[in-house]
Amino acid sequence: MRALALSLAVAAALAAGPRAEAAESGAAPPAVGWSFDGLFGTFDRAALRRGLRVYTEVCAACHALEHLHYRNLAGIGFGEAEIKAIAAAVDIADGPDAEGEMFERPGRPSDRFAAPFANENAARAANGGAYPPDLSLIVKARPGGADYLHALLVGYGDPPNGMTLHEGMSYNAYFPGRQIAMPAPLSDEAVEYEDGTRATVAQMARDVTSFLAWAAEPELEERKRMGVKIVLFLIVLTGLLFAIKRRIWARLH
Amino acid sequence: MARPLMRNALVRWIDHRLPIFAFMEKELVDYPTPKNLNYWWNYGSLAGIVLVVMIVTGIVLAMHYTPHVDHAFGSVERIMRDVNYGWMIRYIHTNGASAFFVIVYIHIFRGLYYGSYKAPRELLWMIGVAILLAMMATAFMGYVLPWGQMSFWGATVITNLFSAIPWVGETVVTWLWGGFTVDNPTLNRFYSLHYLLPFVIAALVGLHLIALHQHGSNNPVGIDAKGPQDKIPFHPYYTIKDMFGLALFLTIFAGFVFFAPNFFGEPENYIPANPLQTPTHIVPEWYFLPFYAILRSITFDVWFLSAKLIGVVLMFGSILILFLLPWLDRSPVRSARFRPIYRQMFWVLLLDCIVLGWVGGNPPEGLFVVIGQIATAYYFAHFIILLPALSVLEKPRPVPDSISRPVLDGAAAASSGGVR
Repeated sequence: MRALALSLAVAAALAAGPRAEAAESGAAPPAVGWSFDGLFGTFDRAALRRGLRVYTEVCAACHALEHLHYRNLAGIGFGEAEIKAIAAAVDIADGPDAEGEMFERPGRPSDRFAAPFANENAARAANGGAYPPDLSLIVKARPGGADYLHALLVGYGDPPNGMTLHEGMSYNAYFPGRQIAMPAPLSDEAVEYEDGTRATVAQMARDVTSFLAWAAEPELEERKRMGVKIVLFLIVLTGLLFAIKRRIWARLH
Repeated sequence: MARPLMRNALVRWIDHRLPIFAFMEKELVDYPTPKNLNYWWNYGSLAGIVLVVMIVTGIVLAMHYTPHVDHAFGSVERIMRDVNYGWMIRYIHTNGASAFFVIVYIHIFRGLYYGSYKAPRELLWMIGVAILLAMMATAFMGYVLPWGQMSFWGATVITNLFSAIPWVGETVVTWLWGGFTVDNPTLNRFYSLHYLLPFVIAALVGLHLIALHQHGSNNPVGIDAKGPQDKIPFHPYYTIKDMFGLALFLTIFAGFVFFAPNFFGEPENYIPANPLQTPTHIVPEWYFLPFYAILRSITFDVWFLSAKLIGVVLMFGSILILFLLPWLDRSPVRSARFRPIYRQMFWVLLLDCIVLGWVGGNPPEGLFVVIGQIATAYYFAHFIILLPALSVLEKPRPVPDSISRPVLDGAAAASSGGVR
């Protein structure tokens, strides 16, 4: 099986003749305009808090966030006590203990975000054979990034005339192939926001996308802040070196 | 004339026993350099500096990276999230690879334009081609290490090329993999070699510099220096010019590292490797695209040679042919400024390589196949047919008497159209 997949892949990559497109690509996602775009972009803290709630109450039922630890929430303004409470709300499998038994205990800030399934097979079995991907890097791992993810979350609808969906699939204009195994995850008022914001599908899609953009690039704010200083410094340095170069070379003329 | 450095007693004591200071003064300070080098001569030292940056960042990354199929992807994410400034070190390293190729490609095309490969610099050029080959091997193996989807499938496609070798191909591939598929032994050996090869490159760079300093740099008019009036000491003239170029480069480089760190990357490589799921399009990094296009251009068997074998031979041949360049181009004139037809051909070759890169980045279907075949044919025709023919047929313009007085009747007209 593995050898077959492999040789097929190699044949596909090497065959210079026409080959069938594996899947029709999805529609181009519209540009949303994010607070973290641009040279001075930063994350909207309130949106990230709301996004965490959407992730926890909706996405986390199927999708893991493997590369994030609860302690990372300090990076977006959560206090120590808050993080402890969030972590303690989930049970984490740990062990073996002194008797050699595995046991469950409340989460700690140093734990990774709890995964909904024990392994990929369990995840597939619970989701009709489809594997809900880990979301830690989803914004970096898809062409179009945050715009794509946002478009996907609001892009559910009825299939166009003449298109028949496979068993258990939903129509989504932005998903490659336009059929997705994930049913529309968001519905109005699916969560209740602490800050009183109305939880429309559009609002939740924006919030959870912002949260996952942070999850994928927690260094983004620091990176851009440093970048502005470093590039400004280098522009000045370049200018000075150019002036010195002109002075030194003037000796030759 | 005692230099300020040599007035220091300790320096004199050391130098009397180990002449490193005298060596540095000869090769880095006094080193006579043509006075007319333009900014296209900045890229050699720039490439050397980027090599050092790659080695330094690479060594730090290696301290935190785990070369195991189950942990490689996660260890890279740990570098990005938990290692102090790990994201910066990794982004410098990944973008540095692209910058290295941009710089080296410009450096190579500079050599092509000004005939820097001609006597007495044939070995200098050939060592350079060897550096390019070592760089390509290093970059390819480095891209495999994060163990994302493109890492895995790129490694699978490229190592499978060796199966095209008649009779022993399959055995060779199994030997390269250390198993029957790209797996943990493959990752381990690629990591080992990825750490080793940069030091091989550094050694080759040392040879490159020894060969360079034997006869000194070529120059935009391509004639030898007639006397000391044609040369200036490397320091301060070219040290400051190189520093200015370096600062300009770093400004642009920092723009990518801090504001568009994944510009050159594939989103697909942020998905962990999955041997059971082939990506829709397997594309190599941008700097391999022209070679990828040549590889895929052959769609037909010739006699008993399979299309795949010919493609592989042509792909490697497209670089190996550069070793022969000093003997394919027999024209006695170095600089394209004085070679009216070669100068046109240079730009056509550059365009041809860009077209190959564009074809390499697209699926091998329809018109792309035909364009790729024409561009591949032209690439080889340039070196095998056009250059040798041109050596006989082209009538070069008169070259100037000396570097100091390049303004001759013919030269004035020619240089105004040259690369500035």
